[in-house]
Amino acid sequence: MLRNLVRFHNCLGHAFSPPTVCPRGQMFKLLSVNSKSYSIITERKKFYEDVSISHGEGGMFEINLDRRKLKTPGGKLFTAPNEALAIAVANEWDTQKDMLKFYSMHMTTLCNTALDNPTFRSKDQMITAALKYLETDTICYRVEEPPSLVELQNNEWDPVLNWIEDRYNVVIGSSTSILGPEIPQATMDTFRQHLGSYNFWSLTGLEYVITQLKSVVLAFALIDKHITVEQAVLLSRLEEEFQIGHWGNVEWAHDVDLYELRSRTAAGALFVHFSSESSTVKRKLMQD
Amino acid sequence: MASLSSPLSIKGPEYKHSLAYNYVLDQFRKKQITGERCCLAQEEALYASHSYLCLLISTRQHMALYDIYHGKGQHDTEEMSGIVGLRLPTQPGGKGWEK
Repeated sequence: MLRNLVRFHNCLGHAFSPPTVCPRGQMFKLLSVNSKSYSIITERKKFYEDVSISHGEGGMFEINLDRRKLKTPGGKLFTAPNEALAIAVANEWDTQKDMLKFYSMHMTTLCNTALDNPTFRSKDQMITAALKYLETDTICYRVEEPPSLVELQNNEWDPVLNWIEDRYNVVIGSSTSILGPEIPQATMDTFRQHLGSYNFWSLTGLEYVITQLKSVVLAFALIDKHITVEQAVLLSRLEEEFQIGHWGNVEWAHDVDLYELRSRTAAGALFVHFSSESSTVKRKLMQD
Repeated sequence: MASLSSPLSIKGPEYKHSLAYNYVLDQFRKKQITGERCCLAQEEALYASHSYLCLLISTRQHMALYDIYHGKGQHDTEEMSGIVGLRLPTQPGGKGWEK
């Protein structure tokens, strides 16, 4: 039904679809056929008033825009595995004003990627890709000068590194060489096994967070609730923040990057939490 | 820093009727009473809501800056030349090779 509506509103000749996330973080581009030049669809007019969620088959939740059900860019019915995720997505659609801005709807994008899997990746491929970031992990890549930056890196990054080495019983270490740290195979195996315990949806989110923060260590610290989203983003951008403190802040570059990184990382972290946790409420009666 | 518009996209006290608000409150109520001494569920709920707050705030701030600074895309030739103060030449008789 949504597709029929799209054909009806065919003023620009675009097909309506919010974007998905491809592995290297590029936006999934849709080319228009009828307009004068190739354009990337980033905005569309808002065509609904109310957003609500409803129970679907198999305990999944669906999003309703007015009376129509939301679909993924791949054409499938949009289903979320739990209520929290559905509400987060519904809220994203609800906050849109006259124009729909797809690039601000991070939770929707992540759900679409998990549902469509447009690049047909398996769990193993995602784990391998995620672990590749460990070899050039931000936290492990140290500078040798200026001394104040070296000190800052040691003070801020060492505690997180020590935490993850204790928590997972691995050896990572930091390095100032251009090749990065030598990660022993045992460490890789431990992490691989740990990542294998997450389901596909959580892995999608986790890989997204790792790609955004450019660090496996920070992503794990975030997912294990050891640090907050703001702290993780700060640690990821430590050198940038250092340079900003020295040379000054440029609002249209630094702030834009900061807020975008924060919103994406927060969306990814929430996505993983909602996909991997399950809760039950056990009611006990008070005995008098 | 660019100033933000009203912090509530839903105006006034109507936010209490929004889905997300009710859900979050509901979750906290469920985890309020517990038999355990150290309640992990409450900490998790607090952490999740803190992360969600971060998501909402940073998305809003990002959009505010985006609206101010982001390029508006390609206009057509007339508009583009108008922006830099030039006009396109007009030839009422046509350029000669048109049929």
